Amino acid sequence: MDAVLNGLPHLFRGAQVTVEITILAAILGAAMAFPMGVLRLSKRRLVRTLAGAYVEFFRGTSALVQLFWLFFVLPLAGIKLDPMTAGVLALGLNIGAYGAEVVRGAVQSVPHGQVEAAIALNMTEMQRMRRVVIPQALVAMLPPLGNLAIELLKLTSLVSLITLHDITFNAQTLRESVGHTTEIFAAVLLMYFVLASAISVGMRALERRVGRWREAPLDRSRAALRQLADTMGGVPA
Amino acid sequence: MTILKTTTLQSDPVERQAVPDPTPMKASDMVRFRQVNKRFGETVVLRDLDLDVAPAEKVAVIGPSGSGKTTILRLLMTLEQPDSGTIEVDGEHLWHKANKRGELIPADEKHLRTMRTHLGMVFQHFNLFPHMSVLRNIIEPLVRVRGMSREEAATRGRTLLDMVGLAEKECAYPGRLSGGQQQRVAIARALAMEPKVMLFDEVTSALDPELVGEVLSVLRELAQQTDMTMIFVTHEMRFAREVADRVVMFDQGQIVEQGPPCEIFKDPTSPRTRAFLKAVLEH
Amino acid sequence: MSWSWEFTWEILPELAKAALVTIEATLLGSVLAMVIGLVVALLRRSHSRLVRGATIAVTEFIRRTPLLVQLYFVFFALPAYGVTLSPLVAGVLTLGFHYGTYTAEVYRAGIDSVPRGQWEAAKALNLPRRRIWSMVVLPQAIPAVIPALGNYVIGMFKETPLLSGIAVIELLNQAKLISSETYIFLEPITLVGVFFLLLSYPSAILIRRAEARISRR
Ligand SMILES: Nc1ncnc2c1ncn2[C@@H]1O[C@H](COP(=O)(O)OP(=O)(O)OP(=O)(O)O)[C@@H](O)[C@H]1O
Ligand SMILES: [Mg+2]
Repeated sequence: MDAVLNGLPHLFRGAQVTVEITILAAILGAAMAFPMGVLRLSKRRLVRTLAGAYVEFFRGTSALVQLFWLFFVLPLAGIKLDPMTAGVLALGLNIGAYGAEVVRGAVQSVPHGQVEAAIALNMTEMQRMRRVVIPQALVAMLPPLGNLAIELLKLTSLVSLITLHDITFNAQTLRESVGHTTEIFAAVLLMYFVLASAISVGMRALERRVGRWREAPLDRSRAALRQLADTMGGVPA
Repeated sequence: MTILKTTTLQSDPVERQAVPDPTPMKASDMVRFRQVNKRFGETVVLRDLDLDVAPAEKVAVIGPSGSGKTTILRLLMTLEQPDSGTIEVDGEHLWHKANKRGELIPADEKHLRTMRTHLGMVFQHFNLFPHMSVLRNIIEPLVRVRGMSREEAATRGRTLLDMVGLAEKECAYPGRLSGGQQQRVAIARALAMEPKVMLFDEVTSALDPELVGEVLSVLRELAQQTDMTMIFVTHEMRFAREVADRVVMFDQGQIVEQGPPCEIFKDPTSPRTRAFLKAVLEH
Repeated sequence: MSWSWEFTWEILPELAKAALVTIEATLLGSVLAMVIGLVVALLRRSHSRLVRGATIAVTEFIRRTPLLVQLYFVFFALPAYGVTLSPLVAGVLTLGFHYGTYTAEVYRAGIDSVPRGQWEAAKALNLPRRRIWSMVVLPQAIPAVIPALGNYVIGMFKETPLLSGIAVIELLNQAKLISSETYIFLEPITLVGVFFLLLSYPSAILIRRAEARISRR
């Protein structure tokens, strides 16, 4: 048992790497998902097709194959990526493709009358998206995006296979040095569970914030605050 | 409301004699449809439509369901594109613009944006932005589209909310309002943009009967006070009679007859108008 | 970077053999996942709060932890308790349980979509609970969820390279072994990618067909 307790710092160092990759890949994933999801609905056929190709490619093949490609095959073309970059790129692009589908579905779920009202008020195409469609779509897309964030966290365990020292990798080295396989893997599973639950709790809070306009009647203080903010000018949507 | 059955153009030849000759071009028309055709797949919705609306004129468009009334408004609001023909608003082509050689070419988005500043529309189902408070529904387009300062926009928004009797609801989200209240906000929102032409598409037909009155009285007052050009598509015959300068009876994509409300309602010349009015009024 | 066709032909048969193992593992794992998913969905409808709570806790735990670590756990930790599983069996079991927690959600949606009136009618006929499930609810719920279940089968095809983590001889593992012997990655990994596309696209098309067919009914 002591051996396992002594090994905990080793696992926690791995957890740091896991968290780091998850965050970086999530940022890349979001940066891909939003534009690609919206572009899949573009009026231009070429744009639609290109965005669709991205989504189909990364969803159609496995994250592990993509990871190995970036790490083992690209160097043969003279492009050498360090494990961290390869990991973030592969996982971010992969989860971004799934995210794009979520974004697309959520955007499509906003009633067309909303866009028409925005056109009638002479908003630009960009304003219609940014001010009218996306804020409403956000409510529909947050729960599935939360699930994707958890899937991403789980996917990061794959980077142990390209020698990144994440939780899973450190668990293997610890097991090789001290044994106690059961305890170590139980601890590791628990760590992933805690991290995933943290994501889940965070996303719930975000959902409540973003979906405030769908809630029960506003209480007076909040209404007063909103009024103040409205007249002073700076409320986020 | 009783709704007449839609018939197709083939099954019932259009009664041409009831249609007055297209009025000669007047320089002052605010809205002018010329030979406009629109079809959705097999359905011919508008056929060689000519329609003129003078500045400050209040026109009520009536007619059976599916006759193309909404389509007229949607073409004007650039929500739908005509298949052929031209539409002018305030002397400028809506869907076309002239190139250097003076030929009409299809309008680009920039031209459409300019033209849309002249137009405003209130929808059957309100289409308020549910994620914005009532006041923000009005402020947001003013700030984003008209480039107005927030303070100025808020002042205008409050004035208009006051006018439609909803001053105390400015912080509420649309989901908390009754249909009638939502529609009044939608009217205020469209008015705030100060269009030259306002389009109203059956703005009371999605409302519970007891809420129709409050919206109509706002519109009545509005019509009497402004010199904005207004086109109402409506099934409220009493409202049309009180408010409109001219009633246009529409059927199967064409104008069946048009004239001052007293003539149309008292003494319609077309049998189709008579049948339609009978069906609606009997109800 | 140069592509060697000679090497490609050399490794192709081995990879093809491995592809068969992948299909085997995926199919067995899918079948298991379908069964476990249904069982979990039913347990979540149990009258006992304890059963419901325990089911939720276990499935959430499985869903929130990585398949790879679960594979390691089953393969490395269980032998300490005298449970030694062949790699294929360990892989199939883990895949089955992991995806079973996902298919459970699909079944749940299907069960929820059966109109209340159906339950009430069945109760009015005084059918015992077991028969209500087997004769009324499930026959309506399951056909509706077949396309969604199919999507998970495709998902599992893509995850099978993970089994390489515990040395099941299958696609990617094969590629990896060959690669470490020869230090040539391009051909095996490209081929593995192509295999996955070849495996997953026909199944995607089949599922879309099934979906269209069911929605037409
Ligand atoms: N986007 C569309 N696609 C296909 N057909 C359409 C579309 N919009 C309208 N139509 C058809 O065009 C015809 C005219 O529609 P329109 O909405 O203009 O009628 P309306 O006079 O406003 O009827 P109502 O009183 O029911 O609102 C109808 O037959 C309708 O089904
Ligand atoms: Mg209409």
